[in-house]
Amino acid sequence: MSVNQQAHTGPPYGQPQPGYQGYQQPAYGGPSLPGVPQSQYGAYNGPMPGYQQPVPPQGYFPSLGFPSKGSPVSLNSDTSSLAPNFIGSLRAPPTSGAPPPASGASHPSGHLAYSQFEHGDVQNGIPASAAPMQRPPASQPFLPGSAPTPVSQISTFQQYGPPPASVQQLRNHMAGMTIGSTAASAPPPAGLGYVSGSFSATGSGLHTPYSASQGAPPATVSEGLPLTQPPFPGHTVSTQRLPTQVPGFTPPPPSTGVGPSSYPPTTAAPRPPAMPGPPLPGQTVAGPPSSQPNHVSSPPPSTMAGLHPGPPMSGLHGPPPPTHPPQPGYPMQQNGSFGQMRGPQPNYGGAYPGAPNYGSPPGPPPPPKRLDPDSIPSPQLNELPPQQKPRHRIDPDAIPSPIQVIEDDRNNRGSEPFVTGVRGQVPPLVTTNFLVKDQGNASPRYIRCTSYNIPCTSDMAKQSQVPLAAVIKPLATLPPEETLPYLVDHGESGPVRCNRCKAYMCPFMQFIEGGRRFQCCFCSCVTEVPPHYFQHLDHTGKRVDFYDRPELSLGSYEFLATVDYCKNNKFPSPPAFIFMIDVSYNAVKSGLVRLICEELKSLLDYLPREGNMEESAIRVGFVTYNKVLHFYNVKSSLAQPQMMVVSDVADMFVPLLDGFLVNVNESRTVIASLLDQIPEMFADTRETETVFAPVIQAGLEALKAAECAGKLFIFHTSLPIAEAPGKLKNRDDRKLINTDKEKTLFQPQTSFYNNLAKDCVAQGCCVDLFLFPNQYLDVATLGVVPYQTGGSIYKYAYFQLETDQYRFLNDLRRDVQKEVGFDAVMRVRTSTGIRATDFFGAFYMSNTTDVEMAGLDCDKTITVEFKHDDKLSEDSGALLQCALLYTSCAGQRRLRIHNLSLNCCTQLADLYRNCETDTLINYLAKYAYRGVLSSPVKTVRDSLINQCAQILACYRKNCASPSSAGQLILPECMKLLPVYLNCVLKSDVLQPGPEVTTDDRAYIRQLVTSMDVAETNVFFYPRLLPLTKADVDSDSLPAAIRNSEERLSKGDIYLLENGLNVFVWVGVSVQQSLIQNLFGVSSFSQISNALSTLPVLENPFSKKVRSIVDMLQGQRSRYMKLIIVKQEDKLEMLFKHFLVEDKSLSGGASYVDFLCHMHKEIRQLLS
Amino acid sequence: MATYLEFIQQNEERDGVRFSWNVWPSSRLEATRMVVPLACLLTPLKERLDLPPVQYEPVLCSRPTCKAVLNPLCQVDYRAKLWACNFCFQRNQFPPAYAGISEVNQPAELMPQFSTIEYIVQRGPQTPLIFLYVVDICLEEEDLQALKESLQMSLSLLPPDALVGLITFGRMVQVHELSCEGISKSYVFRGTKDLTAKQIQDMLGLSRPAVPMQQGRPLQTPEQHIISSRFLQPVHKIDMNLTDLLGELQRDPWPVTQGKRPLRSTGVALSIAVGLLEGTFPNTGARIMLFTGGPPTQGPGMVVGDELKTPIRSWHDIEKDNARFMKKATKHYETLANRSAANGHCIDIYACALDQTGLLEMKCCANLTGGHMVMGDSFNTSLFKQTFQRVFSKGYNGEFRMAFGANLDVKTSRELKIAGAIGPCTSLNAKGPCVSENELGIGGTSQWKICSLDPSTTLAIYFEVVNQHNAPIPQGGRGAVQFVTQYQHSSTQRRIRVTTIARNWADAQTQLQHIEAAFDQEAAAVLMARLGVYRAESEEGPDVLRWLDRQLIRLCQKFGQYNKDDPNSFRLSESFSLYPQFIFHLRRSPFLQVFNNSPDESSYYRHHFARQDLTQSLIMIQPILYAYSFHGPPEPVLLDSSSILPDRILLMDTFFQIVIYLGETIAQWQKAGYQDMPEYENFKHLLQAPLDDAQEILQTRFPMPRYIHTEHGGSQARFLLSKVNPSQTHNNLYAWGQESGAPVLTDDVSLQVFMDHLKKLAVSSAS
Repeated sequence: MSVNQQAHTGPPYGQPQPGYQGYQQPAYGGPSLPGVPQSQYGAYNGPMPGYQQPVPPQGYFPSLGFPSKGSPVSLNSDTSSLAPNFIGSLRAPPTSGAPPPASGASHPSGHLAYSQFEHGDVQNGIPASAAPMQRPPASQPFLPGSAPTPVSQISTFQQYGPPPASVQQLRNHMAGMTIGSTAASAPPPAGLGYVSGSFSATGSGLHTPYSASQGAPPATVSEGLPLTQPPFPGHTVSTQRLPTQVPGFTPPPPSTGVGPSSYPPTTAAPRPPAMPGPPLPGQTVAGPPSSQPNHVSSPPPSTMAGLHPGPPMSGLHGPPPPTHPPQPGYPMQQNGSFGQMRGPQPNYGGAYPGAPNYGSPPGPPPPPKRLDPDSIPSPQLNELPPQQKPRHRIDPDAIPSPIQVIEDDRNNRGSEPFVTGVRGQVPPLVTTNFLVKDQGNASPRYIRCTSYNIPCTSDMAKQSQVPLAAVIKPLATLPPEETLPYLVDHGESGPVRCNRCKAYMCPFMQFIEGGRRFQCCFCSCVTEVPPHYFQHLDHTGKRVDFYDRPELSLGSYEFLATVDYCKNNKFPSPPAFIFMIDVSYNAVKSGLVRLICEELKSLLDYLPREGNMEESAIRVGFVTYNKVLHFYNVKSSLAQPQMMVVSDVADMFVPLLDGFLVNVNESRTVIASLLDQIPEMFADTRETETVFAPVIQAGLEALKAAECAGKLFIFHTSLPIAEAPGKLKNRDDRKLINTDKEKTLFQPQTSFYNNLAKDCVAQGCCVDLFLFPNQYLDVATLGVVPYQTGGSIYKYAYFQLETDQYRFLNDLRRDVQKEVGFDAVMRVRTSTGIRATDFFGAFYMSNTTDVEMAGLDCDKTITVEFKHDDKLSEDSGALLQCALLYTSCAGQRRLRIHNLSLNCCTQLADLYRNCETDTLINYLAKYAYRGVLSSPVKTVRDSLINQCAQILACYRKNCASPSSAGQLILPECMKLLPVYLNCVLKSDVLQPGPEVTTDDRAYIRQLVTSMDVAETNVFFYPRLLPLTKADVDSDSLPAAIRNSEERLSKGDIYLLENGLNVFVWVGVSVQQSLIQNLFGVSSFSQISNALSTLPVLENPFSKKVRSIVDMLQGQRSRYMKLIIVKQEDKLEMLFKHFLVEDKSLSGGASYVDFLCHMHKEIRQLLS
Repeated sequence: MATYLEFIQQNEERDGVRFSWNVWPSSRLEATRMVVPLACLLTPLKERLDLPPVQYEPVLCSRPTCKAVLNPLCQVDYRAKLWACNFCFQRNQFPPAYAGISEVNQPAELMPQFSTIEYIVQRGPQTPLIFLYVVDICLEEEDLQALKESLQMSLSLLPPDALVGLITFGRMVQVHELSCEGISKSYVFRGTKDLTAKQIQDMLGLSRPAVPMQQGRPLQTPEQHIISSRFLQPVHKIDMNLTDLLGELQRDPWPVTQGKRPLRSTGVALSIAVGLLEGTFPNTGARIMLFTGGPPTQGPGMVVGDELKTPIRSWHDIEKDNARFMKKATKHYETLANRSAANGHCIDIYACALDQTGLLEMKCCANLTGGHMVMGDSFNTSLFKQTFQRVFSKGYNGEFRMAFGANLDVKTSRELKIAGAIGPCTSLNAKGPCVSENELGIGGTSQWKICSLDPSTTLAIYFEVVNQHNAPIPQGGRGAVQFVTQYQHSSTQRRIRVTTIARNWADAQTQLQHIEAAFDQEAAAVLMARLGVYRAESEEGPDVLRWLDRQLIRLCQKFGQYNKDDPNSFRLSESFSLYPQFIFHLRRSPFLQVFNNSPDESSYYRHHFARQDLTQSLIMIQPILYAYSFHGPPEPVLLDSSSILPDRILLMDTFFQIVIYLGETIAQWQKAGYQDMPEYENFKHLLQAPLDDAQEILQTRFPMPRYIHTEHGGSQARFLLSKVNPSQTHNNLYAWGQESGAPVLTDDVSLQVFMDHLKKLAVSSAS
């Protein structure tokens, strides 16, 4: 695409274009917001940007482009309080505010604004180089673009800050959008009018983007890169102000914009120079932002306010003050960054077309061309092709925003309980807090599907390429308001089941012949109702006891299993927990051993209990090891524990039976004594070598000997190089990355552990592994057993007592206490027509249907893929029944059943309307992460992109209303697919940065494989919260913002969490008082980034932040590592890695770039 | 010197030596015609109240191949300060310390009464005694408890600085670390896996890293102590610890299902014990004390499977070659025994169980290393308890009656060569000029290792006269033998005991009567018995008996006085008169007869027979029978069924058993309660007398004999009836009338029949 485009546009646009091109499309895509949400989005965007902008405003804003959105928001804010803060500068803007109208003229097309900026740039930058030149042209195009849009200033606003557009656009869009939203149809019209405006407006959320892009292309020209885009928007906004105010100003913004984004390359040279100049203006610029707000406000004020009064306001407030001061600094940075940027540019080019564009001006031009033709704006293009192109970047605020989608869902669906009575209902998003009422289908907390409408035929399914998968979390924890599955006892004969397919009694079974028989809803076989289960039917054919029996009225319930469901036809004994502690030199020296022993003393009182049992039935055992293993006899009758050393690691066995596994209460004193003595005994150890496989074998043998299932908690520190089975060698080789052999890094070194895992599963021996490596220890191999036995791995690299103990202890506590089932077998039955064909997760399979897990806890998730083996009918729909046979923590054998009914469709549109992107991403990520075991990573990435392109192309082709090919049209339900997919592609496993170790990758790979939808969601698209915007008085979270550096204000503090880490990012210009309140130090420079927790300070802000952190920690199955990142600090690189909408250092594309790329792919498929 | 009897007795008391012949035939040919080989029973550490050890080094002959010790038989030139070795005739200079020597100022070793002398020498570091308990925990609760108590008690009997270690075994083998505070720590090994010494030492962390070796030797010693101290600790330091540890010993917790034997890893446990000592204290006196309550049922050295329905091998199975584990197990234990012996460690076996425990397979462990072998029914019996206690008994001088790591070197004058030794020893393979090519017993060497010995440990040493018939020895020439025993005294001193004896040569053709008179038939019987038993270990029982018979017949032919083919004319001189009777009882003894004995019992009996001194050995061959009656004081009576009379109480000592047998009438009286009546106090005394005497025997005997109190018709009377000469049986009962004795229901021949046959064969001209 890009190349072609470049070619096309190249000439006209000139240098600028390249960059733009890349952006254009994506940008457009971006801008277009889903129809419905659009309005909101617009609004949101506005606010959002606003927030961010505030920071940037000064120097950055413009460049960042945030301004655009921000402006709208800011408007509101301005009205309220922003002004005060900004005051000086702001006021200037206000004056500029006046300009708006004038700009308004320019506004017509957002382009105009851009153009202005560019011009400004040019002026400023003129000296710089071609870059500036380009811009001007771009701006010109915009103008034209805008012209078309004529609609009004509003439109222009819209363009700019699609956000601003929000207000007006909203309305317009709303109309069009709504229409378009579902189908592309609406967009087209909008396209015209909008086009210009459309960028932002984007007829239908997604669709429009395209059109916009197309149209935009001209304008957008190049969105060059998302980064650039942002600037633009910002510019636009600023432009408004600027225009009036000072040309000089304009330059700064662009420069800044460039800086942050990819601009640097093209403009880089020129701009930097400009920068210096700009800085001054920059300050003034700061003004502009404020002005922007004003502007924005002025146009949409009413609406805006209505929409997002709250957020914007706050956002503004925060940012403004800081912004001013920082400005100067920023520019500087930008400069620096520019320089750097140049370097990188080439790289970018490689990564994405967009990038190259930046690097090489010529590239860009071509793209525009294409765009032009497609897009309505063509005329505009004609008018001002050069300008537009260069300018056109897709407005990041205009492309589908995860934040917006999440927020909308939360608002729309969070209030009502989700009642599961209806077939094929799409549940609220995982990010939405909602209640579930089980009325016959399993709660989405247990099962989520990629689509709740399944194509009737395999042809359809193939055509759409939408994977049909269910993400099942059989033992999910429910919120306290929801009831746990009821336990049903069908007596000695066991649960009532279909004779043929063995499906369990469920609400979908059809009773016939007066209730004497029932017909299986899965296989249609008719089975006699056992006499003891007989019940009459009422006039509707329902059993009279329908509501008395959970298995007839609920989607999820449990059966008490009979002895037939037990191993060896014997009821199981209560399970056991065995703690196996590495006591080699490293572990002892780091204080780990002492820590674990101390913790266990109290933790043992919190072993999982069943229901209301007085004490846990779980028995415990202890092993320590280095090169040899030490077992402990802690029988209650002993005065002192006894230690038994087994050095025969080649042939592991358990040296004792009686006294190894004991009841905690009975042996309390002996255990306490043991835990006291372990650290002492090994205090002087000099043993550095460890074994590993024998440790697992030992646990396995112990459980075998005790004839029970159980869990091993292994605390391990190093690569097991001691002479023993399962001995490993250091095979870490970064040179393998990006080669065909890369997959070996994910594969175990030896098959030994696979066999061991198999044995473990057979015995119900689950392994949880806590790793404390100081160097490579081959997680890929060590993780095999935990992984295949349904266990968890926790990794604390470079474990340090002071900083990591809290996290480790929390993980340990949670891991020990969490609800868990043992010796589990899960089977998923489906109605005739589809079949579970593939399974992803932490388990072992000895055949093709049964998922076996030695242990299964409440956080473990299994993703199941279905394939057609026949036709489905729309009438009967499709049913899933997931049956999990497991042993509870008290040793009771049970069956947990989850039923889910889905619709079937013959129209692809129905399929696309009922998809869930989060689940889809969960599936795709797991699929890809498994793929890296067998294929080169590049192949995996390509196939992912390809599949998604096919999905979207299929939609475009079959469901979207006709529109120009240049338009990117995304199904409403999947509009986030590109951004999320990009996050998956950029993840450490698929695209490792230089700082990511092999172990990290293997670790994450295994971690993701067991994640549920909520976890993958936040893992791939981290949550970014502006802490300074938090309302100290309420317990709500501040509104999240998008993961892009552009959204960060250096006057604010942000929190970013992805389920593994929590970052607290502190801008350089944060008010001292905030720093004082939060960190207890008086200045930015005194903040220590060695902190692992936030200091406990008695002030509202500190409390609020800590409560937010605690709340987030509470939502995750693992305790997240808290990392304090100071802006411009070394650690910031790490932090930036998680700003997933930006380009990543490892070559990952920015959101906008990727959107362009996807668009290109789709167009190729369509053509 | 009055009689040879006195001479023999005196010699035995002074030197602990009894020769079969006290006047030696001077030619090889003659010697072989004497039938009973020239041999001696040597009790190397015979207790001598009057023998204070000297505190200096012995003076050795300077000839490298000789190195005999200066002794009273040497020719000394006081003026030249020279002495001539009486074995190789090398002339040696006295060492400087002997400068003041003169005819009136002689060192002890030159005085005739010091034909046996003991030196205390300072060699190498003194290491404390080491006791390593290897304890079976697959026992009944009661047994285990008793055993634990015995072991705890034993701690108080050990010298305080002795090192002690503990290994327990059942399904697993645990080596207990004793140095730790608080928590008791043990190393556990799987009971099924045979480990090499290297592996064991690695796993116990005993192997020394290579680095310290390079740093030089000084470091090595302390380090070795540190390492070994984990498992072997001075008693005084860990007395309390170990007592607690023993107290907390649990029965093997592994479930034993119905119909199965507990899994007992004796083989591995021993292997680890040996490996442990080998790695820590090679060539130091150490005792591995194995306490086992059943047969090894798994792993190397297993003797029987764990299925109860398969009984442990019997002699019948062995004869049928039906004992599947025997050979492998035996090999395993032999390997261990040899390793242990090579390091100077001994292995005791205390086996207490009602059924067999695999002594047959394990016997070599005790036999080759000089360890004790004790067999009992249960650890909860006084038999075991007292026996075990007696292991730690002390001699008259307050020293333990045990010594370690002895090295017995035998030197002979030129006319003699050494054919071999039989006893609790192993060959050191010291070839020399005085080693004969013909082997009797453990031969091919002039030196043996006796890892453990006590004052009664007795070896049989066989010689061969090599002097040719045509090289007569000058009149008055004497043959000499020197026994040099270097050992570690229980006080950890290294000592050397040197015994030098000399006997006259006699020409058998001309002086046969001298030789005949100097025949020690007791010693000869024991020496022949040892040979027989030794052969029985490897040959078929009947073959051995036939060999024994032939030897006896030949002896009678040689020394009997008779007319050809006239049995009635047959007479043996006094010095031979008892010999046939000994052989008769030997033939019936459990040492050669396996009938009615389990393989374990046979091994047990043979073990003790091969190490006890002459008196005890004779008791074993021909039990002693005392009679108590109102007719007179207690008197020894014939070991004959005719001695069993109704009005007698019999006390029989077979070494392994003490049987008190009440005659029919006595038993009735006792039942009637006469002993409780004041007027029959004499009866009470009569009943008490044998008990007291039995007690006396019980007090001194090691191992404790089985004490049996029975009466006429009692089931246990079989112990008596099986020993006595069946002069009256159901076959001849009526012919002999009811006058005397009780009939024994047996088809065995009686002594009378035996003698008749012997005479007939001896006088037969056909043979």
